[in-house]
Amino acid sequence: MKRLLRGARIIDPSQNLDGVLDLLIEDGRIRSLGETTTAGGDRTGIEEWDLTGKIVVPGLVDMHTHLREPGFEYKETIRSGSEAAAAGGFTSVACMANTNPVNDTRSVTEFILRKAREHGIVRVYPVAAISRGLRGEVLTEFGDLKEAGAAAFSDDGKWVVDSSLMRQALEYAASFGMPVISHCEDPFLSKDGAMNEGRVSTELGLQGIPSIGEEIAVRREIALAEYTGVPVHIAHVSTAGSVRAIREAKKAGIPVTAETAPHYFTLTEDLLEGYDTAYKVNPPLRAERDVEAVKEGLADGTIDAIATDHAPHSSIEKDVEFEYAACGMIGLETALGLSLKLVRDGVLTMPQLVEKMSLHPARILRIPRGTLKEGADGDVTVIDPDVFWKVRVDSFRSLSRNSPFHGWPLQGKAVMTLLGGEIRHNEL
Amino acid sequence: MKLHSKDILGMKELTPGEILLILDTADSFAEVSTRDIKKVPTLRGKTIINLFYEASTRTRTSFELAAKRLSADAINISTSTSSVVKGETLIDTARTLEAMNPDIVVIRHSASGAPHLIARMVRHSVINGGDGFHEHPTQALLDMLTIRRRKGSLKGLEVAIIGDIAHSRVAHSNIHGLTRMGCRVTVCGPAPMIPRDVEKLGVSVTCNMEEAVRNRDVVMMLRIQFERHRASFPSIREYAKFYCLNEERLALANPGALVMHPGPINRGTEIAPDIADGMQSVILEQVTNGIAVRMALLYLLSGGSP
Amino acid sequence: MNKVVMDGEEIERSITRIAYEILEKNRGADALIVIGIRTGGVFLASRLRDKISAIEKREIPFGILDVTFYRDDVTKMDNKPKPGRTDIPFSIDGKKVVLVDDVLFTGRTIRAAMDALIDFGRPKLIQLAVLVDRGHRELPIWPDYTGLDLPSSLWENVKVQLFERTGKDQVVIEEEG
Repeated sequence: MKRLLRGARIIDPSQNLDGVLDLLIEDGRIRSLGETTTAGGDRTGIEEWDLTGKIVVPGLVDMHTHLREPGFEYKETIRSGSEAAAAGGFTSVACMANTNPVNDTRSVTEFILRKAREHGIVRVYPVAAISRGLRGEVLTEFGDLKEAGAAAFSDDGKWVVDSSLMRQALEYAASFGMPVISHCEDPFLSKDGAMNEGRVSTELGLQGIPSIGEEIAVRREIALAEYTGVPVHIAHVSTAGSVRAIREAKKAGIPVTAETAPHYFTLTEDLLEGYDTAYKVNPPLRAERDVEAVKEGLADGTIDAIATDHAPHSSIEKDVEFEYAACGMIGLETALGLSLKLVRDGVLTMPQLVEKMSLHPARILRIPRGTLKEGADGDVTVIDPDVFWKVRVDSFRSLSRNSPFHGWPLQGKAVMTLLGGEIRHNEL
Repeated sequence: MKLHSKDILGMKELTPGEILLILDTADSFAEVSTRDIKKVPTLRGKTIINLFYEASTRTRTSFELAAKRLSADAINISTSTSSVVKGETLIDTARTLEAMNPDIVVIRHSASGAPHLIARMVRHSVINGGDGFHEHPTQALLDMLTIRRRKGSLKGLEVAIIGDIAHSRVAHSNIHGLTRMGCRVTVCGPAPMIPRDVEKLGVSVTCNMEEAVRNRDVVMMLRIQFERHRASFPSIREYAKFYCLNEERLALANPGALVMHPGPINRGTEIAPDIADGMQSVILEQVTNGIAVRMALLYLLSGGSP
Repeated sequence: MNKVVMDGEEIERSITRIAYEILEKNRGADALIVIGIRTGGVFLASRLRDKISAIEKREIPFGILDVTFYRDDVTKMDNKPKPGRTDIPFSIDGKKVVLVDDVLFTGRTIRAAMDALIDFGRPKLIQLAVLVDRGHRELPIWPDYTGLDLPSSLWENVKVQLFERTGKDQVVIEEEG
């Protein structure tokens, strides 16, 4: 089986490539990439797609997703989450460990991988817990989990408060060549918090989550990375202070990487007036200056990756009093549309965006994705950068509807997603 | 004259014109409570539900009397357990009550924004009877009515609000209302009780009680919520030492300054007994005016097109 | 198009006549009190009271009644009328109450006023004095004392303008449109 994608602008930062080229996929792999792939050749048995005006990029990689299975299948399943991912242009997703049971043992990791293989809509990379039960007390069996197929370790949702344990985690993970992702939040400073601390939390009478709660945690991870020499990845960066700390650390040569999510460069805390729980996330939406700083961090390379932090919740968790509502918003099907605005606004170039949504997350997770090099798996995303569309939560593949972007007009989306050369999502 | 919204959720949403309308209307309703027959037929046939998720005697009683003095039917639903514990969600409770066709529901809830959640869901009017640390608009209105009746006007008055500002919905509502009506407001309390960025709401901030009281026309003390909040201060003794309104401190205020407190009072902690019962105290007038303000709101929100 | 139907002198004469009629009908001013209905009846009632006091050479009690709380239409209105203060600082038990309003029209205001009065006590009797009776009654209510009978059409507005408010005493008919 051969598929030929013709006439599109092909962007592959792994090869420093950006131009109108043809891409041939054969037997699930990238066969060739060039201006005259099939010129004069035999065209029988080739499925051709004229993609003039479209952009073809390596399949997008979401390094921070919650698929909720096992345990919360009413919010999302590995299948529904995978479908949402494919619809959003993602071919690989890393799913966090805060399921029930927690992904802290080989059996849960294997369960996730088996479920993902059953349908094979996208590649699923389980992130196993750093500590048993996410309790921050005892390390999980890193080696065993790696063998089972875990891609990284994170206690996402909670910070590993015990600095000694986090040091051990970094050093132990390094011995297996595994990345560690840190959810940075000092739980004492954010206790009972429901939103960012500042004028709006004061007005709304909601307990605040101060930005320093994140920044103190980020600075500790940087100190640990510097001392141990082991890379650490900072999840969902949301504050100006975090961006500054990571920028300084990188300048000093400390091995730290960072991601943010579209809502942190798109939405501010002011939207919480009215107590709409769709805007309740952790870390919380911050102030305008934080949003600007996150954009600067993306532009200057301080922030390496854009992840979704796709966090499905049902109306049971969301249609309640604001302080009782669960944190999180879904993002797989809106992330690309929201991120393309960064390109139109001149924050990022299109190749930089592709780096942050494909190549960099693949590199941080140390997985062989994010490239269209010859011989690589045929994971490809076709983007229509111009199409106008309106976000409609009822058309989402996700089982959940907790998106604050319902009704938003967006420009640009994934119109075709191929996994190993096979079409997993197609709007053409 | 009318209010722009079907609901009274907070002082922040009210314009100066609306505040004046409510206060003027309340002035007229105040007279009804002085009659032998303290009842007028204005809201005959209207149903008002007081849905109280937090223990409250004075606010609930005040709303109930206000409704009854207007001949409305008032039903009280009090539950100290939160909806989370109870099993039924707040929205389900609200919809169940809506199905009984009330005209106005007054809600008090420990979660900030709970009245907003209900107001979005139902056709009838919702009055916020106090939500979490957010707002307590009827308290601010009765405070403003009390000040206006004593001082003639609110404009240009110097007001100090003293206590746990961060966890006081009374403070939040008064900050919005008083600044909107032209008062100069200073908030004061131990530093951990001053919420972040409160100065952006247009108030001055000090942690020094003497400074807060000096040359004020109104000194508004807040209730310290021992039962509700983890202590943001070392001890009650220390709080009282530095922040209790006593004779010496009150002497720093302008002559004839009003002493206010939303009640219930912790005597000797927030306010010395002789000050609470003294010449300058208008604490009981606040209670009386509360009924008039709530009658005015029930009147202004009742009927018409939904 | 405005038409003046009573000028200042005519109004003054009507008030004087009504004052004498009240005294005649009640055989003096014993137990008599005068209550004006907000807002149109207040100044008229005040003048009537002054007139009676002057004739009888003693103070006649005077009160103000706001009937907003007793209206039968307020809960149906979006734009609520702003209620005014009621000021009846004396007992009306066993008293002869003369209710005063400027224009008698449907009778609904007088119905509300009587209901309100009865909440204040049990007067011996209630009488009604109006400056203008323009007809179109919707309730069985009739004035005891009338300044002017003025058959009007429903498309007309009858306005009593008094010096205390407008600087000039007159009654005018305004045609709508």
